[in-house]
Amino acid sequence: MTDSVPLDDLYQEIILDHFKNPRNVQKLSDEEVLIEEENPTCGDQIRVTAKVEEGCIVGIKYEAKGCAISTASASMMSEALMNKPVEDARVAIQNFTRTMKGEQEMSEDESGDLIALQGVKRYPLRIKCATMSWHALDHVLDKMSVEK
Amino acid sequence: MSCFNANTIRSDFPVLDQILYDGKPLAYLDNAATTQKPHHVIHAVQEYYEAYNSNVHRALHFLAERATVAYEETRKKVVSFIHANTERSIIYTRGTTESINLVAYSWGRKNIDEGDEIILSEMEHHSNLVPWQILAQEKKAKLCFIPVLEDGTLDLNAYTHLLSSKTKLVAITHMSNVLGTINPVQKMIDQAHQAGALVLLDGAQSVPHVSIDVSQLDVDFLAFSGHKMLGPTGIGILYGKEAILESMPPFHGGGEMIHKVELEQSTYTELPHKFEAGTPNIAGVIGFGEAIDYLEGVGMGAVQSYEQLLTQYALSKLEKISGLTIIGKALERGGAISFTCEGIHPHDLSQYLDREGVAIRGGHMCCQPLVRKFDSTALNRLSLYLYNMEQDIDQLIEALLKAKEFFKT
Ligand SMILES: Cc1ncc(COP(=O)(O)O)c(C=O)c1O
Repeated sequence: MTDSVPLDDLYQEIILDHFKNPRNVQKLSDEEVLIEEENPTCGDQIRVTAKVEEGCIVGIKYEAKGCAISTASASMMSEALMNKPVEDARVAIQNFTRTMKGEQEMSEDESGDLIALQGVKRYPLRIKCATMSWHALDHVLDKMSVEK
Repeated sequence: MSCFNANTIRSDFPVLDQILYDGKPLAYLDNAATTQKPHHVIHAVQEYYEAYNSNVHRALHFLAERATVAYEETRKKVVSFIHANTERSIIYTRGTTESINLVAYSWGRKNIDEGDEIILSEMEHHSNLVPWQILAQEKKAKLCFIPVLEDGTLDLNAYTHLLSSKTKLVAITHMSNVLGTINPVQKMIDQAHQAGALVLLDGAQSVPHVSIDVSQLDVDFLAFSGHKMLGPTGIGILYGKEAILESMPPFHGGGEMIHKVELEQSTYTELPHKFEAGTPNIAGVIGFGEAIDYLEGVGMGAVQSYEQLLTQYALSKLEKISGLTIIGKALERGGAISFTCEGIHPHDLSQYLDREGVAIRGGHMCCQPLVRKFDSTALNRLSLYLYNMEQDIDQLIEALLKAKEFFKT
């Protein structure tokens, strides 16, 4: 296609794959949506719901409208945190957010596809795109723990 | 002057002569955000700092004298550039935003009362919207909005119906920074005056690109920014009719704007200095004067016709790209062209184009309500100026086609 691979640090193959075929996406009815987040600056939008059984996340569904980075990040999150105990998921969310802010490194073996999002760090304006869905899920978990 | 030579013009702009990333020339197409500066402007600013840096209107020494003369010289250039009558009508501000806030704060607080109406349009930049929201909330006044039609023009029929004896002010943009639409302001000003209302024009996008005659327009206020017309940032103009400015209370209090100061009270100095408290952006003003000279040298008529050609060229090329929708189809238009590209978020697109050397904007362009109206939250926009050439547009089109391939699902 092109002689040099453009933007390969930001739009890695795996990110484009998640963007083009996002996992666990589902149209959600308004009652199902637990949290809706929006970034008014770029219009990214995400609606998330999750299912927790016996302290373990057994389902994450979302509807996302946004850029490749935010869509891919939501998709990766839905895979990475599935079947995790809520506490572990919380830690993972915190770790991911800290990584995006450049406060810590991602460990290659643990992070799987997520490692591809490392490149986003170098584009300060895009960090929010990557973290939005994670924030949203964090809020979903807050909400569920209060409702219990 | 007779023959417009974009190549020669381009060579006056040092920034444009650079190669980005892996060998891509820079195609700068974000001129509605801010424009590049010719070396004349850069040198004028540098010369001020190197040869006669000093405060203005205060000291009597050599440097101060020279700085004051240069500072006031720009005011004369502005008078002639927009066809005003007097320097007393020309207030230096930080830019369009501050100019509009000055009017909202000073004129607005004095003249707007509960139940009064201010007419704006749905295509206003946040800077010609938020100051009026603040004022209206404080005074319990009402904001009325001229709708934007599908083609990106204003609903002038609705405007006629909105005007009434309650209307105190019509504040509208001359040219939309998103849709490119040039509004029929002469007619709108006449209608407002018949209804007894004043008119403020946001000229941020028009003054840099078309020739403006405030006397003929009979407009009451005109706001614009130096940085969008080859000048430095942090310098803008508020033009106001002398009698209206005269009747307005000060905006900022401080040095420069006073006549006599006592501990309990002060009297204020004459126009225009009444509205220019504190040490101003002297280098900015001097650079701005140089920018006006540059534009006058080329001729605003020539700038306008050249940009029209380039705009038509860009539109015709963009229209051929499948999945691309141009937002704003007004016939009377300038060179700001917004569009969406099916399946590609505007931020992904501008990021991709950047790597191809093409600088365009992606986002809401400070017009969230307008962008929402076109069923979107973000758009892409290219915007042209006199140093752009067909090659910039060709580079954009080629990069767009590549981006479509890259993000294809
Ligand atoms: C139509 C319009 N109005 C107002 C502004 C604000 O100008 P400034 O940021 O220079 O004050 C802009 C610039 O973005 C504009 O395009």
